[in-house]
Amino acid sequence: MDYVIEMLGIRKEFGSFVANDNITLQLKKGEIHALLGENGAGKSTLMNVLFGLYQPEAGEIKVKGKTVKVTDPNVANDLGIGMVHQHFMLVENFTVTENIILGNELTKAGMVNIKDAAKKIQKLSEMYGLDVDPNAKIEDISVGMQQRVEILKTLYRGADILIFDEPTASLTPQEINELIQIMKRLIQEGKSIILITHKLKEIMDVSDRVTVIRKGEGIGTVITAETNPNELASLMVGRQVEFKTVKSEANPTDDTLVVKDLVVADYRGIDKVKGLNLTVRKGEILGIAGIDGNGQSELIEAITGLRKAKAGSVSINGKDITNKKPRKITEAGVGHIPQDRHKHGLVLDFSIGHNIALQTYYQKPISKSGIMNYKKVSELAQKVINDFDVRTQGEHTPARALSGGNQQKAIIGREVLRDPDLLIAALPTRGLDVGAIEFIHQRLIEQRDNGKAVLLLSFELDEVMNVSDRIAVIYDGQIVDTLLPKETSEQELGLLMAGQKKNSNIAKQGDTTHVE
Amino acid sequence: MSNRVVNILVPVISVILGLLVGAIVMLVSGYDPILGYTALWNGIFGDAYAIGETIRQITPYLLAGLSVAFAFRTGLFNIGVEGQLLVGWFAASYVGIAFDLPMYIHLPFAIIAAALAGAAWAFIPGLLKAKLQVHEVIVTIMMNYIALHTTNALIKVVSDGGDNTGTINASASLKSAFFESITDYSRLHYGIFIALAMVLLMWFILEKTTTGYELKSVGFNKHASEYAGMNVNKNIILSMVIAGAFAGLAGAMEALGTFQYANVKGGFTGIGFDGIAVALLGANTPLGVIFGAVLFGSLKYGALNMPNEAGIPVEIVSIVIAIIIFFVACGYVIRYFLEKANKKKEAK
Repeated sequence: MDYVIEMLGIRKEFGSFVANDNITLQLKKGEIHALLGENGAGKSTLMNVLFGLYQPEAGEIKVKGKTVKVTDPNVANDLGIGMVHQHFMLVENFTVTENIILGNELTKAGMVNIKDAAKKIQKLSEMYGLDVDPNAKIEDISVGMQQRVEILKTLYRGADILIFDEPTASLTPQEINELIQIMKRLIQEGKSIILITHKLKEIMDVSDRVTVIRKGEGIGTVITAETNPNELASLMVGRQVEFKTVKSEANPTDDTLVVKDLVVADYRGIDKVKGLNLTVRKGEILGIAGIDGNGQSELIEAITGLRKAKAGSVSINGKDITNKKPRKITEAGVGHIPQDRHKHGLVLDFSIGHNIALQTYYQKPISKSGIMNYKKVSELAQKVINDFDVRTQGEHTPARALSGGNQQKAIIGREVLRDPDLLIAALPTRGLDVGAIEFIHQRLIEQRDNGKAVLLLSFELDEVMNVSDRIAVIYDGQIVDTLLPKETSEQELGLLMAGQKKNSNIAKQGDTTHVE
Repeated sequence: MSNRVVNILVPVISVILGLLVGAIVMLVSGYDPILGYTALWNGIFGDAYAIGETIRQITPYLLAGLSVAFAFRTGLFNIGVEGQLLVGWFAASYVGIAFDLPMYIHLPFAIIAAALAGAAWAFIPGLLKAKLQVHEVIVTIMMNYIALHTTNALIKVVSDGGDNTGTINASASLKSAFFESITDYSRLHYGIFIALAMVLLMWFILEKTTTGYELKSVGFNKHASEYAGMNVNKNIILSMVIAGAFAGLAGAMEALGTFQYANVKGGFTGIGFDGIAVALLGANTPLGVIFGAVLFGSLKYGALNMPNEAGIPVEIVSIVIAIIIFFVACGYVIRYFLEKANKKKEAK
């Protein structure tokens, strides 16, 4: 068998915790091999073992048939293993070339020879169809382009085995497609790829074989062509997973959130929301579908009070909350699961308990006359941890130490337990695995069934179609159409999101005429 | 090795290493380290007088350390302790001289005046940071110079052109006849109780109040705090004001306790800058500040005895003291090696 990498029976322990147990992964030359597992299943640990950052307690690593000991990342580099990290390791104000040669500089008479390096990079870029400008500054290029720089970095150093760690996490759908093309090109040129992911769709699209790990254990390797997303999901989670979220018919009643002719500018002063109208009723989930950058963030920031509206109004249960302070809006009955959970959702250096109190710390019974009652904080935190299945060692664990899914569950727990009339969920499942996504969807539907209004913002069409009772399509700062999930299709939504005007149903949205 | 053992071992090993390297410095320069350290020891604990003076020296360090640590917990770097201390020093002296009141009014009045002066001095950088995003480090450094020369000028005004305000009225003094009697007439005064009460106050504010919760939250993550409805600007200003009040109190200790007057100064006292090291040594926690202040105060005061008793020049003494503090500050290096040794043992 022609394996370029064989990891046999790998076991890695951290104290009493077994992160990897008897995992075997065999990478064939010229294949894309997916490594699938939930958040915290041990994928990154395994790859760090391969990359020399960790030493395994048991097991064997073979590269091209020869047993090797990867003692540190330099050894991995010498063996031709390169890693494209999820969080890019780039110097923002350096050029592409400077970043790529960093630590491996080409010199001529003691001086860095940027020109030749740039030529070499240009050649590599053309060879693999990466289309990267070697002289561009990192801060000026898109996230997708930055990722290509990471890829180039490994190629420049002569890697022929590339590890991609969650490469699509921060990419737009367009960029994801391009990345898939790049990966296929790399394979044609004789490289081999390990793709770490928990996105089943990507695996089905690009991989040849899949190795599944669950809670640190190797479950096995399957051939992609002989499996399906359902089987992969149950292998990964260890039980049957429902993709189609089960829910009853919605019974919407009174209007909760009413947004009228709202105009909001972004941080540069350019209008991003342009006279938007929107209504969310009690007992329904309204999904906003749209391509990133069409005013979604500004809309949500304006509703929650983080950004001033230039014109128009926002009201909750008939009460005007336009341009009120965030706390006033929260108290008016708005719960918010923010788009960026690390920036807005959590204080990462606070414990989970402290984070749970973030919205209510100044109220009874959490505090009284300015004195915190940490016993009550504890009780509340315990409740969130238990009811929302937040997997943590305890309420005193810093939020930073939790996985993304558990952080998100903690935020949702905090917001839902306040029992808000309107729950705004902005990209609530971004970066989460199937199990956590399922859990969060169920919670959103539960809120709806309790007669609350839910506003869901998502870039994933699947999610919008699956969870929403009504879908509002946003394009260029306006709602161009509102549809029912069962009466529309992904194709139709896709066209609307791209600004193709539909000729029916939108007569009342008369001011959308400038849309091409 | 348990965590607790490591936590105790780290400072102990740090101090021992610092002493060893300090000894080498003394040896190389041709002085007897044993004699030197004996002199240091005697300078700190030698007799009742030395102990009294050491504790007196620790008092302003406690408050200066608290000031830096408190601001730090809200994500602010208060380099302005020195200036806040100087205005506090002057305010306390002025109130101590200008008024003639019963002690139970006069003393609290003088102390509060110092705290308010320090708070007001710190309010300016806080305001500039909150409203105009001017970096507090630059503003507080400049405010130090303004404080130094303004208080010098004010002292001249108050003393009709002299360079000393003259002694404060006894009703505003922190002097303690009792401490004098048990410490052989050292300048130890009641201020140490105020300093310790402030340590308790800082702990209380940070750990028990909603204000402390907000301050810490803003310090860790401004964006999430804003989203949670906190007033970030208010918290930045408040944090600086409280920090300034602590620093002002440090000035009161000097004015009402140690010196009983304010005098024209040629340069900074250094207490404010040492306060930064005290806070960092103590990891910005109230208990840690006590540790840092005790270490700093003891070494600084005890070192004064080294030239007298062991004939070691002041310059060498400064180097030795700096080395000891340096090693304590490097505690994490020692922790790293301890943990590594630990791991090896476990692996076997």
